Amino acid sequence: MSIWEQFTTYVSQNGFYIWTEFYRHFLMAAYGVLFASIVSIPIGVLIARYGKLSGWVLTLGSIIQTIPVLGFMAITMVAMGLGTTTVITTVFFYSLLPIIQNTYVGITGVDQTVKEAAYASGMTRFQLLFKVELPLAVSVMMAGIRTALVVGIGVVAIGTFVGAGGLGSIIVRGTNATDGTAIILAGAVPTALMAIAADLIMGKIERMLNPVKN
Amino acid sequence: MLEFKEVTKQFEGNDYPSVHKLNLKIERGEFVVFIGPSGCGKTTTMKMINRLIEPSSGEILVDGVNVLKQNAVQLRRSIGYVIQQIGLMPHMTVGENISLVGSLLKWNKEKQQKRAKELISLVDLPEEYLNRYPHELSGGQQQRIGVLRALAVNPPLILMDEPFGALDPITRDSLQEEFKKLQREMDKTIVFVTHDMDEAIKLADKIVIMNKGEIVQAGTPDDILRHPANEFVEDFIGKDRLLESRPEVTRVEQIMNPNPITIEEESSLKEAIQKMHAKRVDSLLVVDESGILKGYVDIEMIDSNYKKKNQVYEVMDTAKYAVDKNSLLRDTMYRMLRSGSSYVPVVTDNNKLAGIVTRATLADMVYNTIWGDETAEGSAIE
Ligand SMILES: Nc1ncnc2c1ncn2[C@@H]1O[C@H](COP(=O)(O)OP(=O)(O)OP(=O)(O)O)[C@@H](O)[C@H]1O
Ligand SMILES: [Mg+2]
Repeated sequence: MSIWEQFTTYVSQNGFYIWTEFYRHFLMAAYGVLFASIVSIPIGVLIARYGKLSGWVLTLGSIIQTIPVLGFMAITMVAMGLGTTTVITTVFFYSLLPIIQNTYVGITGVDQTVKEAAYASGMTRFQLLFKVELPLAVSVMMAGIRTALVVGIGVVAIGTFVGAGGLGSIIVRGTNATDGTAIILAGAVPTALMAIAADLIMGKIERMLNPVKN
Repeated sequence: MLEFKEVTKQFEGNDYPSVHKLNLKIERGEFVVFIGPSGCGKTTTMKMINRLIEPSSGEILVDGVNVLKQNAVQLRRSIGYVIQQIGLMPHMTVGENISLVGSLLKWNKEKQQKRAKELISLVDLPEEYLNRYPHELSGGQQQRIGVLRALAVNPPLILMDEPFGALDPITRDSLQEEFKKLQREMDKTIVFVTHDMDEAIKLADKIVIMNKGEIVQAGTPDDILRHPANEFVEDFIGKDRLLESRPEVTRVEQIMNPNPITIEEESSLKEAIQKMHAKRVDSLLVVDESGILKGYVDIEMIDSNYKKKNQVYEVMDTAKYAVDKNSLLRDTMYRMLRSGSSYVPVVTDNNKLAGIVTRATLADMVYNTIWGDETAEGSAIE
């Protein structure tokens, strides 16, 4: 049997199993990114307003980014034990920098004269933020979330080592089997597809949210 | 309505204050135009009124209350402001931009839309534009929307920082007219900044000329044109405008025709006639070979002496008076009109012919004073 036949046979026989892991995989990435957004967007807004903080925060974010994922996950595991929480926490930390950074860039990039006009029209600081700065920054922020999600999907693939399941566990299963190439593919191909799909869909949302429509 | 008391603004890190001890009172319904070279503090002065910038010292009173004692947000909503760089919200439609202050004041949607339609027709833009986005408009159109945004909630006081800068002369002209009318009808108080003296003269009840953060002169356009406080103001107004508006201080040299039609005294009468015919004039100024004015000769003198005399100097009249080129136009005009003469030669102090002032020259000058025509310079020389 060729690899391709083995692959299709495996997929057709284990379709439900693959789908379950796919879904689980996606949810872990999505939750990590979601929690990261909830924390990062306000931080980004704050450092955009109080510029002095921005250097520190962004440096801290990039330091996290330089730690190898496996190492980071191992340390997190020591603190949080085996399971999905550790994976989601890891995704969370890796998502902070792109989202904070893009929020910061999006908001500081709002034209000074537009802000001045908004103030001159009698907007409060909050109105300026919600009616002007965020709407104008939202597509740049989305780009950050998109990066975070794609990175997150990759991070989750390693989650199987801390017993969190996901498509990574199918890959590991394949590596343990004799002649397991087809099984490895059955884990790897959906992972790649998920990352590509996430990138495309988020890209579309990003363009939709672009405030200056063309 | 609006009063500045010893207002000074010193930005941190600048050597000189951007605005220095400014005192000014603006009455309700007045149209006040600030003018001055770039960086003289016009925008800073304007922004201190609605607290986009806070003064370092001194007081600004709006309706008798210090602006620093008022809620900044409410103050700004009650004052229309057209910022120098337009600053439309790129993510809002033109309609939403116009209604911006209305929406902040919680006007209902219908009221906002009705007002936006009303306003957009005022500046000759079609109603469909309300649904467009600012980047789909030309610079001039955007600028008009910026003006409408400031007018939207009908504030009694409007600040305008070079609002017509990006418009072509024709649109600007009609907008100025429209705006001036509007201001009179609605009894608005307007503080307006411009670089354009013509615009200032056209619109202002009061012109405030600033330089280096201080008021150099404030007064009606007429006042300032007639009695410029110093050389700076004169330079700023420009020689052309002074010439147009002030015959009492204009010197003859400034308006004379420097190329009068002359004939040398040694010439023959035949030559004189040919010259008159060629230039289509009925008299010639007579000069010697070094250009000294000797007199004049006209067609009657030649006609009656043609048979008897040959040379110009034999028939010319030497009694004609001339004026010095530095004498005042006012005096010359008066004498010419009274004596009924149709022209007067202009000479330098050694009686050398320098030019001529004719009735046509005077007519041109009066015409330009009245119509303010841009051909002023050209026609004065012709
Ligand atoms: N935020 C600021 N910080 C420091 N200096 C400033 C600031 N704003 C203005 N200035 C300075 O104050 C002076 C006056 O500026 P202002 O903008 O009032 O000039 P202006 O008369 O409006 O000029 P223009 O005709 O070019 O618009 C300038 O020298 C400028 O550099
Ligand atoms: Mg300015």
